Amino acid sequence: MNLVFEEVYKILFLLVPVLVSVAMIVWLDRRVWAFVQKRQGPNVVGPFGLLQSLADALKFIFKEIIIPASSNKIIFILAPIITMTLALIAWAVIPFGEEQVLANINVGILYIFAVSSLGVYGIIMGGWASNSKYPFLGSIRSAAQMVSYEVSIGIIIINVLLCVGSLNLSDIVLAQQNIWFIIPLFPMFVIFFISSLAETNRPPFDLPEAEAELVAGYQTEYSGMMYAMFWLGEYANILLMCALGSILFLGGWLSPIDLYPFNLIPGAVWLILKILLLFILFALVKAVVPRYRYDQLMRLGWKIFLPFSLTYVVLTASYLFYFNLLPTL
Amino acid sequence: MKITRFLKTIFMVDFVIGLLIALREMFKTKKTINYPFEKGKISPRFRGEHALRRYPNGEERCIACKLCEAVCPAQAITIESAERSDGSRKTTRYDIDMMKCIYCGLCEESCPVDAIVQGPNFEFSTETREELYYTKEKLLDNGDRWENILAANIKSDNPYR
Repeated sequence: MNLVFEEVYKILFLLVPVLVSVAMIVWLDRRVWAFVQKRQGPNVVGPFGLLQSLADALKFIFKEIIIPASSNKIIFILAPIITMTLALIAWAVIPFGEEQVLANINVGILYIFAVSSLGVYGIIMGGWASNSKYPFLGSIRSAAQMVSYEVSIGIIIINVLLCVGSLNLSDIVLAQQNIWFIIPLFPMFVIFFISSLAETNRPPFDLPEAEAELVAGYQTEYSGMMYAMFWLGEYANILLMCALGSILFLGGWLSPIDLYPFNLIPGAVWLILKILLLFILFALVKAVVPRYRYDQLMRLGWKIFLPFSLTYVVLTASYLFYFNLLPTL
Repeated sequence: MKITRFLKTIFMVDFVIGLLIALREMFKTKKTINYPFEKGKISPRFRGEHALRRYPNGEERCIACKLCEAVCPAQAITIESAERSDGSRKTTRYDIDMMKCIYCGLCEESCPVDAIVQGPNFEFSTETREELYYTKEKLLDNGDRWENILAANIKSDNPYR
């Protein structure tokens, strides 16, 4: 019995900070966006507007949940729940320090990959169950987009795994003690970053919710708390991709310099700083670039990223093999 | 030419330049203001909420000539007049339907005695329609409340008329 409670405590200890930081990250996103456009951004609720997301969430809770008459009600209600659950579930394997990980499983990266692939289901169920044109088109687009870019993300991850020799996320971080993978695998990092933009439906790849053509994509028929759950799931996913990027390429919880004053800072702080850095980049990209056209998006994914990352896998593998650097299993 | 373009695409030069511009713009002064807490400067010619002014001795300026009623393109103004006991011509009714009003400023323009003016107040939204049917009392009250600013605005705009 005690063991169960301990696990629940652990889960809460991870989940509550993640949910709070998702709320904060929405604020940060809007704020960065506003600053680039020389606006003030949300700054009224709480200090610097930090509590804006809480105010928004409160508003969402009190709004009416409208379920379209012709929708498939069970799936309609299930879709946002699945999206949010899957976005949160993946956090179980993210290591915040040497031993600070909820589930230190040996196939951590596969687990994350599987969960993020399942994320498509929430969206496609939402779009299909709405029984309406725009959500359906949006969800089809989203599914196609996420599937295409997952392929290139998978191959990029193979690059990293070749250098590490383990699927365990903690091992991946520890393998970067000498040199972060961003340096030898820089082109892969760039492609990973762009693919994660597409994977999380962020601008410039936010085609599923391109408001000019699809109203709001798969979220069109949703309102109230269900909409908020889609929204939370989306941002939790973005944070997850940032965390994954910092673990795979930016050395996770390791400090940038292994010297005296930097050693004292706990690893979780470094990881959070790296996630924040990546997220600010996400937000900046949103402010800078216009939306891709659908065929351009597909061309970029299948004709450029996929061959390029495949070539890089071959290059990495042959380099490691030639210099006898392949990790021993 | 083609090679430079190819290299530019590969290294995402334009994108990086865009990001740097965005970073630079982030730290410049903001162009927007915290509206309810700080307000932008308003020109003396600003055409906001209407007001009926009085002379310094407390007599209302309006002489019920009905020029404003005639000129009003939205026909938002309704005036009824009568002769007062001292023989002067005054309005008995001066209504403006603020929902019809298009804030063109022609009433102010046509008024020979500067009685009807449009003040600097633009924050007079209400929760019901009825509150926006302005009566003579309401307009005179507005005039009394904003008189200082109204007089200053008319004075500062006077050289250009």
